[in-house]
Formats: sequence, C-alpha cells, structure tokens
Amino acid sequence: MDKRSGTVMLMLVGATLLAFAGDLLFGSVKVPLGDFFRLIQGDENSNLTYILWQIRLPKALTAILAGSGLAVCGLLMQTLFRNPLAGPYVLGISSGASLGVALLVMASSWFGGQALVHSLPYGHWGLVIAAMGGALLVMLLVIMVSARLTDAVSILIIGIMFGSATGAVVNVLQYFSDPDSVHNFVVWTFGSISGVTWSHLALLAPLITTGLLVSFILQKPLNAILLGENQARTLGIRIRSVRLAIITITSLITGALTAFTGPIAFIGVAVPHLARAIFQTSDHRVILPGSILAGSGLMLLCDILAQVPASNQILPVNTVTSLIGAPILIWVVIRSRRNRNSIQT
Amino acid sequence: MNDPAEIQETLRAVGLSVGYRHVGRKHTFLAKNLNLVLNRGQVTGLLGPNGSGKSTLLRTLGGLQPALQGSVTVLGVPVSGRNIRQTARLISLVLTEKIDVKNLTVFSLVSMGRYPHNSWTGRLDKKDRLIVGKSLDQVHLSGFASAFANELSDGEQQRVLIARALAQDTPLIILDEPTAHLDLPGRISIMHLLKTLADETCRSILFSSHDLELTLEVIHALWLLKKGGEFLTGDPATLMKAGAFEQVFSSEEDPAGQEAIDNYFSGLRNKAAR
Repeated sequence: MDKRSGTVMLMLVGATLLAFAGDLLFGSVKVPLGDFFRLIQGDENSNLTYILWQIRLPKALTAILAGSGLAVCGLLMQTLFRNPLAGPYVLGISSGASLGVALLVMASSWFGGQALVHSLPYGHWGLVIAAMGGALLVMLLVIMVSARLTDAVSILIIGIMFGSATGAVVNVLQYFSDPDSVHNFVVWTFGSISGVTWSHLALLAPLITTGLLVSFILQKPLNAILLGENQARTLGIRIRSVRLAIITITSLITGALTAFTGPIAFIGVAVPHLARAIFQTSDHRVILPGSILAGSGLMLLCDILAQVPASNQILPVNTVTSLIGAPILIWVVIRSRRNRNSIQT
Repeated sequence: MNDPAEIQETLRAVGLSVGYRHVGRKHTFLAKNLNLVLNRGQVTGLLGPNGSGKSTLLRTLGGLQPALQGSVTVLGVPVSGRNIRQTARLISLVLTEKIDVKNLTVFSLVSMGRYPHNSWTGRLDKKDRLIVGKSLDQVHLSGFASAFANELSDGEQQRVLIARALAQDTPLIILDEPTAHLDLPGRISIMHLLKTLADETCRSILFSSHDLELTLEVIHALWLLKKGGEFLTGDPATLMKAGAFEQVFSSEEDPAGQEAIDNYFSGLRNKAAR
C-alpha cells in the first residue's frame, strides 16, 4: 500500500468511527454527549443505559457487519464475474432466503398458524431459521452446480436463474395468500437492522468475520483474476478452488445477513465502485480493506438517516441505502469520467 | 550464443497429441504424435492457417490444457495441470486476452509475474522489486511504472504483458499471437523485441503469428502446422526452399485463391534468393 492509500485508509477509519459514535448518539431518544461515557459503562440502571446497550449498540454493530459483509461480497462477485453490475445477490442466495420467509409467513397461514405468524417481529428466530434454510438450500445448489462448470459466466447465469425461479415461487405464494400475510412478507423485504439482538449477534458476528478473514487470504488470486481466469492459471493460481472459495464465502455472508436483516439493497454493488474511485486502484490488497471500511461507514450513515430527524419514525433501511447511495455513486461516476478514469472492475 | 556446444534444450515434447476431450465420444485430435524441442536463447515461430490448432498446441505446451497423448517436459520437469504453481515457474504465457482492468498500474500488473514465487499475500521483497524493474527496463517501459495499464496504447499494453512474463522468470515464454491487435510499427517492434529478449536473457521464446514475413525475420526455428494435423519443422530457409509454406497454407476449398497463394510464396522465395 502506498502512502496516499495509507492516508486515505486512516481517514476512512476516522469517518467510520465518527459514524459509529453518531449511530449510538442519534435516534428517537437523544443521548446527551456529556452523559455518553458515563452511560456506556453501564453502572447506572437507567432507560438510557438500556437503550444504549440493548438497542443502539447491537444495531450499530449489525450495521458494521452488514455494510462490510455486503461490500466485500459485491467486490468478490464483481471480480469473479468481471462485471461491474454484479453484487452479493447475483447468486440467488437472498432469493432463497426470501423463499424460506415467504413459506413461513404465507404458506403456514394455510395450515392454521395465522395468529402466530402475524405476530412475528423482525429478527424472530422462526424467521431467521426459515431464511437461513432457504439460503442454505440455494447455496448448496449453486456450489454443487458451480463445482461442475468450467466458466464463470455460466455460474452467473445459473445464479440469476435460481433467483428468478425462487422469486416466481414467492410470487405464487403471494398470489394465494391473504393481504395480512403478504403485508408481513413485504415488510420483511424492506430490510431492517434493528431487530438484531445480542443473541443474534453471537451467531451472526462469527459467521461474517470468518467470511471476511477468508476473503483476505484470497487477495492474491483475486488480483490475478483481474487479468482473466486463464491468465491467472498461468500464474499458478488454482482457479477452480479459488472460485469455489469465493462462492462459498459470498453465500455464507449474504445468507447469514439476509436471514437476520432481510435483503439490503445497493451497498453491495455500490461500495466496491466507491472504494475503487477513492483509492484509484483495483488492487485487492487496498480495496478489500477499503470496501470493508466504506461499507461499514456508509451503512452506519444510512442507519443514522433512517431515524427521521426529530420524529419517532424509522424508515426501512432499503429505501435509505438506495436514496443515499444512488446519488453518491452517480457523483462518483460523473466525477471519475471527467478525470478520464472510468470506474469499472 | 548459438554455438552448438552451448545449445541447451528447455522444452521437450514426446509423442504429443493435442485436441479436445469429449465425454462419451471420440476425442477431437488437432495434431498427433508431435516430437518437439525448444532451445535456450532461441526464438521459435509457429505458423499455420486458422483452425489448424496453433492456440491449442500452445495451451497444451503451457499446461493450460491436458495433452491427449504423450508428454511435455521443461528442463526435465513434467508439465501438468496438477502442479500448476510449479508449471508457472517453468513457463510463462502471454495469451490473446487484452487488459480490460481499470485503475491498475503497470507496476502492479507486472509484479503479478512474481506470484508463482512469492507468499500468499503477494508481497514483493527487494529481489522481486528488482526483477520487476528490470523486466520493465527490458521492454523499454521503465518510465511507465505508475501509469494505468489500460490507458496505454495497444503496443505498450502488449509490452506490459511481455514484461509480466519476464518477471515470472521462467526458462520458457510462450506467446499466442502477440502482434494480433497491433499496427505495423507495433508489430515490427514487438517481433524484434522478442528476438532481443531471447538473445539477452537466454530464454526460449515460442510464439504463434500470422505475420509471416516479420516472423521469418526474427526466428531461429520454425514450426508449421497444417489443418488436419500435419506438422513440419526445421530451418526456416530450408523449409521455404522445399515449398513447405505452399503446402501448409494451401486452401482446398478455394482453388482460385490457391493460385494467388502459390504466387505469393514463389515471390517470397525469389526475394529470399536475391
């Protein structure tokens, strides 16, 4: 990493820490900055301590896990498929998760489970397990198929087909369900990071961190893939094992995240472009940590803005990520075009 | 350099058949039972019409594709798809794919040539940096180290890829149509660069091309591959005299074109005789 990248990286770390602090302080109940350090020690048994420890902190940590995980998955997919539009969801894993949730929320109402289903809050273990089951199913299918295929583009096509097929099943379920169930399901598809509790984090955090750590081991093969898969092989890279590792990590991270937070739009596709533009490089040794930081920071920022200022309303996180993220990406594209550096993979 | 006593072979292929494997039906053979040798410090050109299997032969020799029969060794070490890291230390390949990655500097790209030698992080030590610098020097691109590779001209990009192959520090470099996308000055400079590199670095260089006359200018040995798998090799001038080119490039589908082809080669032969 050169000097400029190092400086920018430090600035990103600072910005992410600021966003983290901001996410803890802002919300429907304002935490006074002066009381913050006293409250965070947790000696005092007040409402504010409870809010900080049981609501704000898990939510901020989830934002970091989701932001960094989705950004890294997007980067991995864009590099593997050499396609700037690829994102964490192209493998169809999140569609598998929504199929699981749709089955739980809508199909179970046909068997008299209505009362139970309608009261399911976000982050309920029933939802989590249903989503994980769906994600796992598609993940196994994708891995099994991709182990047999020789080229990456076929895997992309098959991932998208899995997505469409599961999406169609979900549509059929919606068509035959009562409005309440459909509403419940649609709310789930908006995504939310506020339903994640400490006990969820105990499972989610190790899964995501493992995925991120393994992605760091892959930085050299990822760089080689930038030259094309065949050229990477001539550099001594075992392309099939690397591809399998990339797909497994992406499935693991997106599956786990979707199970706990629902699908979160935009971050995965946009952040790698943002990182490439900020650091002016495609070298994974730089943009991998860069994407983690930018993803965490952006997700925290979106979460702060989701608490509509001066009100008790919370916007669905999906709308915020797209509303905030799209203008940022448009600005980045226009700016870098002007500098004659386009920002594709 | 070309003192017969000093000639040393880098690659040897025995009974090599190349082509494509199919499940459940017969393999497609593009060439059968080839016996090939490449020597240190020599440039070998592979010529042949489209579809004769030039790329397949190069890919098989480079270990990207399994041989249907026979064996390939480099410095006595068998080339196999199984130990590709070892193969990558023996053979470097420059394929026809263009550089389409944005925001990657020439230095970063060339330093990927060190991947078969360095650790899992791809971190360059002092020796690696020296080799990368020297490779850039050898292709006359030392001033371009921090330029973005995709913003260079086609000829410069080809030199970047050759520098990457040089940085890989292998006894053999194989290039698949290195002059395909280039204009005439670009073709001439790449061809002569290959010759200089073989002389200066004592490596074997094998390349395929459709640039017949330029190829004949720079090579020490010639391989001719005809559609249907017929293979001719030897001293370029002798092959020319024997009418090997007419035979290899004959087009059975187009008898009218054949006359023009014959005229072209007899013209070349006369020029060479003068």
